[in-house]
Amino acid sequence: MRQPKIIVVGGGLAGLMATIRAAESGVTVELFSIVPVKRSHSVCAQGGINAAKNLKGEGDSTAKHFDDSIYGGDFLANQPPVKAMCEAAPGIVDMLDRMGVMFNRTSEGLLDFRRFGGTLYCRTAFAGATTGQQMLYALDEQVRRFESEDKVKKYEGWTFLSAVLDEGKVCRGICAMDLKTMEVRTFPADATIFCTGGIGAIFGRSTNSVVCTGSAQSALFQQGVDYANGEFIQVHPTAIPGEDKCRLMSESARGEGGRMWVPKKPGDARRPREIPEAERFYFLEEWYPKYGNLVPRDIATRAIHKAVYELKQGLDGRPAVYLDVTHIPRDTLNRKLGGILEIYEKFLGVDPREEPMRVFPAMHYTMGGIWIDNENAATNVAGIYAAGECDYQYHGANRLGANSLVSCIYGGMVAGPASIRYARGLEKGYESVPATLFDAERRKQEFINESLLHQEGTENPVTIWNELGEWMNEHVTVVRHNKNLERTDAKIQELLERYKKINLSDRTSWSNQTLSFCRELYNMLILARVITIGALRRDESRGAHYKPDFTERNDAEWLKTTRASYDRGQIKFSYERVDTGAIPPRARRYDAQA
Amino acid sequence: MVTETSKHGSAGSGKKVLVRFKRQEDLREKPHWEEFSLDHRPGMNIIICLRDIAEHPVTSDGKPTTPIAYDANCLEEVCGACAMVVNGRPRQACSTLVDSLQQPIRVEPLSKFPIVRDMIVDRSSMFTNLMRMKAWVPIDGTYDLGPGPRMSPETQEKHYPLSRCITCGNCLEVCPQVNENSAFVGAAIISQVRLFNSHPTGAMHARERLAAVMGPGGVADCANAQNCVEVCPKEIPLTESIAEINRQAIRQAVVGWLLG
Repeated sequence: MRQPKIIVVGGGLAGLMATIRAAESGVTVELFSIVPVKRSHSVCAQGGINAAKNLKGEGDSTAKHFDDSIYGGDFLANQPPVKAMCEAAPGIVDMLDRMGVMFNRTSEGLLDFRRFGGTLYCRTAFAGATTGQQMLYALDEQVRRFESEDKVKKYEGWTFLSAVLDEGKVCRGICAMDLKTMEVRTFPADATIFCTGGIGAIFGRSTNSVVCTGSAQSALFQQGVDYANGEFIQVHPTAIPGEDKCRLMSESARGEGGRMWVPKKPGDARRPREIPEAERFYFLEEWYPKYGNLVPRDIATRAIHKAVYELKQGLDGRPAVYLDVTHIPRDTLNRKLGGILEIYEKFLGVDPREEPMRVFPAMHYTMGGIWIDNENAATNVAGIYAAGECDYQYHGANRLGANSLVSCIYGGMVAGPASIRYARGLEKGYESVPATLFDAERRKQEFINESLLHQEGTENPVTIWNELGEWMNEHVTVVRHNKNLERTDAKIQELLERYKKINLSDRTSWSNQTLSFCRELYNMLILARVITIGALRRDESRGAHYKPDFTERNDAEWLKTTRASYDRGQIKFSYERVDTGAIPPRARRYDAQA
Repeated sequence: MVTETSKHGSAGSGKKVLVRFKRQEDLREKPHWEEFSLDHRPGMNIIICLRDIAEHPVTSDGKPTTPIAYDANCLEEVCGACAMVVNGRPRQACSTLVDSLQQPIRVEPLSKFPIVRDMIVDRSSMFTNLMRMKAWVPIDGTYDLGPGPRMSPETQEKHYPLSRCITCGNCLEVCPQVNENSAFVGAAIISQVRLFNSHPTGAMHARERLAAVMGPGGVADCANAQNCVEVCPKEIPLTESIAEINRQAIRQAVVGWLLG
């Protein structure tokens, strides 16, 4: 029997899982990644992975995990895939445990679980505060094992440029660029799985890694792959603001008992430890007594905005609040949160075990992403699949903490086998596709590079990127006004015009990072428009999407998936029904007592 | 959204940062130094210096140049990408704060790996060596086989630090045994052998790993300089790992010899 060939683009958790599943079934996989896969952004995931294993005698169940996830996502997610994910989660954690992930343990030697936002159960397995790193390494090791058996071939240091589509709009492979030699080359395959992660760079400074530009998603979008719910952007409540990046302070800090507060007296200049308990305002505990510090992220982020901008209670008048773990024993902190406390200490030179941390919300995650079907992680273009943060499927209007790791792994588990089923069912494999198709795509991409390298202009790509980030951060994150969204879209179009006048300060043909950045920048600008216009059109508030002019969720008009498509240079929007068959939508109120 | 540290915000102190980068455009070119004078801001790290230069690639004597090529990804010292030699010591560029350094700051690529361009080096040999050492837990498959082996919290706490190695290469950079005439795999790789040999399932295949680590470039090449442990950004007990693997290797060799 003919063995199909699968390409996986992206080597984070989703990409590695898809690779392992494909390799396990005997299929040859070519794995592409900008960075060595062990350095993928999944390493930044801190707090843990959700699985309702009910090892704490609380009566937790996968049904409750499913309900928390749907409710936390404000009913925007299609329910069947979320249900299947929650049911698979306990098995996923067992698998990772068998792979050697160093999860924290109970005294009986079982996996330990802690509480996270948006749930009342201890459902989050964790490896200190570096769970994503530990999981990524475990999958990386398994992929290396397959690599040693020649079942996987890695292309690390390659960036995706475009899909190779035949005249029937079927994907027959990809076109990629070697970031060292700048060689552009095509790679034929029967099916390609995209696991290209987040889009943080569109917002300038975020909690994301440098490679999270959304460039691959945008390139696919421009080739006809639909993009869904782009306007749903998660802003994490607790990050350390920084000029190069906002460093995440995991929700697990609150899961282990961390408390958020501001001084009751605005502008109180005393050091935090000198402010007595009675003069502190624990705003989350006061406003949300049932969930306290562990309300979902969209709620916590808006609460911080209220404390800082409406009540003017930011720390010494600045946009910051305290995240306080100083009351927790040092030993517990080191065992369960060591990884993140180290980050705070290294970057700010202050020991968070002694002094409350100063934090503020930062762009963190995209709930929206490549449109895929409910069953197979298949996009609307035959032969293209998607999994991980780059897909839109599992988190609705707001993702619960520690659900991303489980959705990455689960997405990879779905996409891997589904792509193989598709490839095995093909009448004609990639071998029968004429070489001219690949040559044409390669020449097209080489032409774009040549044009960029030779054009004379006045614009600096980094400046355009900085402006994009400032506008997106200011107008398309926590609070959205239609007027500002319109202005932002106009600004992005201005940046697209200025992009045409870009002048590359580096015109060499060896490891030219300026060139690859310019390719990414164009794609970022297009995807920024999808996000901004999507937000402009949705006149309601739901999950992370909040408009002061439309403060209520409006199910009658907006309980639907936004689906953006690209048609001859135009971004078009359509909307489709959300499958809410299992859990009927109900009001989402975390401030209720009961 | 306005944040505390905005690019052109509270800074404006007028202070300058002087940084020199060792540059090399490609393999044929000879390395040379370029100096940059940058606007100082609080919390500034080496990555911010590199980004400033990319936006305004002009040296301190006003000469236009190209942006400096470098590897970086997570910017929170957990991916291992941005290792560079700063003021003579290998560090992660992201967590290296300008205010903690003597100026002019000198930044160079790691010297123990093949240079690609500017700060970029090719560290793929580390991943190849992880493969040679079979640094993984050989599971039967990813289908649902129930929970993994039980483990005491004590064991977990001992192994977790080992599994935080970010493959940055700092330990190789400072090791006198890692040089053009040796194949020594370095402390990071040996420490991974220790990690997998002590995992309940991984231990079932300890012999294979020990056989590999007793081969060329293996643990016997360590000359006990103990520099590695000094520069590990994750404070991994690398010298303990080497001692432990040495013991395991000797035990395996002696047993093999006794059994003929």
